[in-house]
Amino acid sequence: MSKHKYSYDDDSVVVIIGSGAGGGTLANELCQKGIPVVLLEAGKRQSIGTFINDEWPSFHQLAWLDHRTTSGSWRIAKDFPNLPAWICKTVGGTTVHWAGASLRFQEHEFKALSTYGKIDGANLLDWPLTLAELEPYYDRAEKKMGVTRTNDIPGLPGNNNFKVMYHGARKLGYQDVHTGRMAINSRPRDGRASCLQIGFCFQGCKSGAKWSTLYTEIPQAEATGKLDLRPESHVAKIEHDEKGRVTGVLYFDKDGNLPRQRARIVCVAGNSIESPRLLLNSASSMFPNGLANSSGQVGRNYMRHMTGSVYAVFEKEVHMYRGTTMAGIITDESRHDPSRGFVGGYEMETISLGLPFMAAFFDPGAWGRKFTEAMESYTRMAGMWLVGEDLPQESNRVTLHPTEKDQYGLPVPNVHFDDHPNDIAMREHAYKQGQAVYEAAGAIRTYRVPPYPSTHNLGTCRMSARPEDGVCNKFGQTHDIPNLFISDGSQFTTSAAENPTLTIVALAIRQAEYIADQMNKRAI
Amino acid sequence: MSVQTSRRDFLKTSGAVLGGVLLYSSGPIAMLAPGRAWALELKSLTKAEGEALLRFTRHLYPHDGLEDAVYALVVKDLDTEAAKDKEVQALLRKGVAELNSKAGGNWLALAEREQFKLVEAIEGTPFFEKVRSTAIVSLYDNDMAYAYFGYPGASFQHGGYLHRGFNDLDWLPEPPPEASPPAY
Ligand SMILES: Cc1cc2nc3c(=O)[nH]c(=O)nc-3n(C[C@H](O)[C@H](O)[C@H](O)COP(=O)(O)OP(=O)(O)OC[C@H]3O[C@@H](n4cnc5c(N)ncnc54)[C@H](O)[C@@H]3O)c2cc1C
Ligand code: SF4
Repeated sequence: MSKHKYSYDDDSVVVIIGSGAGGGTLANELCQKGIPVVLLEAGKRQSIGTFINDEWPSFHQLAWLDHRTTSGSWRIAKDFPNLPAWICKTVGGTTVHWAGASLRFQEHEFKALSTYGKIDGANLLDWPLTLAELEPYYDRAEKKMGVTRTNDIPGLPGNNNFKVMYHGARKLGYQDVHTGRMAINSRPRDGRASCLQIGFCFQGCKSGAKWSTLYTEIPQAEATGKLDLRPESHVAKIEHDEKGRVTGVLYFDKDGNLPRQRARIVCVAGNSIESPRLLLNSASSMFPNGLANSSGQVGRNYMRHMTGSVYAVFEKEVHMYRGTTMAGIITDESRHDPSRGFVGGYEMETISLGLPFMAAFFDPGAWGRKFTEAMESYTRMAGMWLVGEDLPQESNRVTLHPTEKDQYGLPVPNVHFDDHPNDIAMREHAYKQGQAVYEAAGAIRTYRVPPYPSTHNLGTCRMSARPEDGVCNKFGQTHDIPNLFISDGSQFTTSAAENPTLTIVALAIRQAEYIADQMNKRAI
Repeated sequence: MSVQTSRRDFLKTSGAVLGGVLLYSSGPIAMLAPGRAWALELKSLTKAEGEALLRFTRHLYPHDGLEDAVYALVVKDLDTEAAKDKEVQALLRKGVAELNSKAGGNWLALAEREQFKLVEAIEGTPFFEKVRSTAIVSLYDNDMAYAYFGYPGASFQHGGYLHRGFNDLDWLPEPPPEASPPAY
């Protein structure tokens, strides 16, 4: 007997793995249509009451810290060899950590191959989807998430960090500079308060102003009576029958048991490292290379965005840590303009780290006076994050480690990454422009800060028109197994310049419609 | 994370004790401390080892105005780890011993410039990395450091910065309302 809403043998349920941006949204959308959902989440359930305004303790409360390894020429492999990504293991997934920047992709970004042409070393492809097809779902996602500057929702007020960015950007001649499109309430909305400018957006928003599936989608789904959320449930394997249809999952529950939950449909939304790892760990005699992997693309084309930060010191106080972390953007460089020496574009967004994280991430491994001089200027610093399109490469890849195992005895994922020359050229340009912005605002010193462990993880189960080019179709349905879906950022064919979550949510809303329709037609 | 700063605590401790007196009788750290003397009881390292590690950390992350009491927090974390893990204890013990032997007996007795040269010379060794990677967390993740660097830490209990200066910067012109609308 299971103590759960749905029994382990109930094979009418949709099992969703992961409760973040993709999984949490999909769960709610399906439940709203009356479809029974079992939502399996490896992490614990926290709440705005239990979030901690303190970077390291919060990190230990929320982050995914299971063992992982890294390889490749990216600096992360040296500085943080066991922390390739900065993502969450908790109900709500990384929407608990996220900053809320919510941008639509541009039309040409869905057509990377046809727009940029073939590029050496890059595994470019057009999305099997156009902006026009996704627009209605972007509308619904923006409404759901309460994105500022859409749906007549006013923008957030700029904080001190934004003032510095704005001034420098305008002096430099940038045109499109504002406090961003943010899934953070600038007015009370949807039963949630407005932003109190707490400044700990990355640590879980204690006012609930920032959209997170933890306190929006998931409670809404629970209210339908259709959701069976099981926290502390780590899925180990997806199982299938002799026809090659998935039949359910095996997962470790919080007591260390390994129950089998049967399912009509399985949707994988564990973020772009765990999703391919799970497919690979589910290999069988029928699918020796892992599930949905006839193309050999599962785990490949791992993208993390071109990133980096610029911090600048001024004569006078800034106090960048006060207020909304990422409510500030310059979008002028997001266009595709190969005359700059690279394809694709990038965004410049305000960022700030508290003192503990600034020490850890400013220049990992550094010591001595140059470093301490920067730290001494902490309250006089402004900061921006650079985020741009990076190119998919087959060799950038999540694989199973041949020997190392996690606490459950499952092979851990290894994340291999090398920058493409295009990523390097873009980063150089972005650093230079970021420094120029701050110099225009009167900076006395500027610093180039290397990428943090990846917060955006994309592409490892990408969608493609042809089954041989990717893992799933334009609805996230895997090419090989009709009742197995990819429901998170691993679906992305290319990364685009924009922060990914709005697109993950739009795709999840669209996927829910498709799943409901296919269920009605008894196609799956 | 704290070092004991009252005389009573100081007297209660047993074992090796690392201690001192706050240099600055006023200022942000003094305001946090109940008394001027501070002391740290060591669980596994000797007093001499503790003193060497404190000085070593000062060379790694030199903040001239930052009290030894804050650097002592790094020693505290190293000592706690060494008490739990014999390998860490051996690494630290050997590291300090090697510094001393390179210094011809007592590294701490060298002039600062000479001390620094020996720190530089062992950059990247496991001992160096152990102290550095502990320091980069411990040194900047405590109330006294927050006070020194002017970082206020948690803000939720004060209602955030909505009414406490999130946009009080006045040395640049205000962005227009299209770019930065008024707060709610
Ligand atoms: C500090 C930070 C700031 C960010 N800011 C922004 C921003 O401003 N804008 C933006 O667009 N994006 C931002 N992001 C990125 C954003 O959070 C992610 O893109 C998004 O949450 C990814 O959604 P997902 O559904 O793919 O995965 P996640 O949200 O990470 O959810 C995956 C969930 O699956 C669970 N899981 C994994 N494996 C298993 C398993 N085997 N069994 C059970 N459960 C499992 C995990 O525990 C996790 O809860 C930020 C990220 C970070 C870390
Ligand atoms: S600044 Fe706003 S969004 Fe960020 S944590 Fe505070 S209240 Fe939440």
